[in-house]
Amino acid sequence: MKIGVLAVQGDFIEHIRTYRSIGVEAVEVRLPEHLDGVSGLTLPGGESTAMRRLIDRWGLRQPILDLAESGAPIFGTCAGMILLAREIAGGEEPVLPLLDVTVQRNAFGRQLDSFEGELAVPMLGDEPVHGVFIRAPVIDRVGEAVEVMAQLDDGRIVAVRERNIIATAFHPELAGETRFHRLVATMAAEHDDPGEGSGRRHHPVRRDRTPR
Amino acid sequence: MTVESSTWATKKGLAQMLKGGVIMDVVTPDQAKIAEEAGAVAVMALERVPSDIRATGGVARMSDPSMIVGIMDAVSIPVMAKARIGHFVEAQILEALGVDYIDESEVLTPADEANHIDKHAFKVPFVCGSRNLGEALRRISEGAAMMRTKGEAGTGNIVEAVRHIRTVNAELRRLHGLRADELFVAAKELGAPLDLVRQVAADGKLPVVNFVAGGIATPADAALAMQLGAEGVFVGSGIFKSEDPARMANAIVQATTHFDNAALLAEVSKGLGAAMRGISMESIPDQERLAVRGW
Repeated sequence: MKIGVLAVQGDFIEHIRTYRSIGVEAVEVRLPEHLDGVSGLTLPGGESTAMRRLIDRWGLRQPILDLAESGAPIFGTCAGMILLAREIAGGEEPVLPLLDVTVQRNAFGRQLDSFEGELAVPMLGDEPVHGVFIRAPVIDRVGEAVEVMAQLDDGRIVAVRERNIIATAFHPELAGETRFHRLVATMAAEHDDPGEGSGRRHHPVRRDRTPR
Repeated sequence: MTVESSTWATKKGLAQMLKGGVIMDVVTPDQAKIAEEAGAVAVMALERVPSDIRATGGVARMSDPSMIVGIMDAVSIPVMAKARIGHFVEAQILEALGVDYIDESEVLTPADEANHIDKHAFKVPFVCGSRNLGEALRRISEGAAMMRTKGEAGTGNIVEAVRHIRTVNAELRRLHGLRADELFVAAKELGAPLDLVRQVAADGKLPVVNFVAGGIATPADAALAMQLGAEGVFVGSGIFKSEDPARMANAIVQATTHFDNAALLAEVSKGLGAAMRGISMESIPDQERLAVRGW
C-alpha cells in the first residue's frame, strides 16, 4: 500500500517523512499518472492559489475526484483544506469540492497572527494535538454529514472528517504528530481490503489499479 | 488552550509552505495580481526591481509604506518587503505594516557595514541572502528563518546563482562528512557558532528553507536552480522585464514544480517571447556588484 502526496508545491516532503516514520510508503504526485496504484492522497500545506494553477494545468483535478469517489482517503492540511472545501468564503471557485464546508482563507490575519498551541482532538485519543497554525484557514460552516474533529476555545472549527475526507487547518506534519497520518493509512488499508465489520459500503466503481 | 504567536516554528513554517514555489518581485498592485494569478507563492513588494536599481544608481532604501500596503491589499498570498542590511528601523516599520516576511537585502544599499539586524528581536520572520555556508549560518544565528542564495540580482544572468547554491551545498556535504573533533576548526573557518555547526553537520542540511535568487530569467534557469538543490526560487527582474510577464511568470511556476521533467520543461518553454535582456558579469564593475554586500 502506498499513499500519494500532492507535490506540486508546499510542505509535501514533511508529509512524506511523516508517513515514512510510521512505516507507510508515500510517493510524490505531480501528474495524473503518479496517482496510479495509490490508496489515498494527501494535500499538503502551501499556497492554495498556486496549487490550484498546478492542479489544473496538467489535468489532476478529475483523477483526484475519481480517487475520492472510489472511497480512498483524502487528507488535506491548511491549503489542502482549502482545496477540499465545497465553498470558499469570498466567492473563489472551489478546486476539489469534496468536503461539505465553507472555509475562510487567512482567517486569523497575516503571518504575525500565526500561532501554535495544544488542541483537543477526542477522535484521536486523550493526548492533545500540538497545532501549528500558519496563516491558517478556519471552517465557517459544516454540512450535516461532516464530523467536527477539533475546535478552538472560541468554537471555531479547525479539523473535520466527512466519510473518507479529512482536513485540518493546522499542520500535524510540522509538529511530529503522526496520529492523523496513521488514521489515513488505516483508512487506506481498509479501502484496499474492505474486511467484515469495516463499516464501509462496498463501492461498485473502483478505478483500475495495479495488482498488489 | 494556551496559544503562542510568532514562534520559531511559525516563522520557519511559513517558508516551508512556500517550498517548491516562486516568489516574484512586483512594483505595483497590478503586477502583484498578475503574479498571484500566474501561481506565485508570495510577492516581494518593492519600488524598483533590481535591474532598475542597477540602472538608476543612488541609494536604494525601503519602499514607500503606502505602496507596500497597496500590494498587501491587492493579493491574498504572503507579501514580503525589503529592508537595508543593518537598518533595524526600516524593519520595525515593515513589521508595523504587517508584512509577512522581511528580506534583509543586499539589493538595497547597506545601512551598517559591520552589523546585520538582530532578527530574533522581531515577531515577523526574516529571509537573508548568502554566497556560502558560513554566511548562511551567521544569518541563521542572527535569527533568519529562511535563506536564499544571493546570485547577482538584476542581471538576468544565472552564473552567480549557480556558483552560490553549488558552494553552499558542497560545503554542507563536506561538513556532513567531518568527524566530531573536526567541527571546532570547521566552526572557526565558517565563522559560525559551534552549536549550529554541530547541528548542521549532523543533519547535512540547513535548519531553515533555502531558496535561490539573483539572475533567474527563464523556466530553464528556475529548473536548473531546483536541480542544484534549491527549495524554491525568487525571480526579480526576470518576469516584469520580459516581453510577456504573465506567460513568463506562469512558465517559471510550472518549471519550478516540474524541474526534473525535461519533456514538460520543453513544453512550458515554448513561445514565451523575449526574456529580459541580461548583462554579462564582466561588464559589471566590482563596486557595482550587489552580492558582496553583507558578510
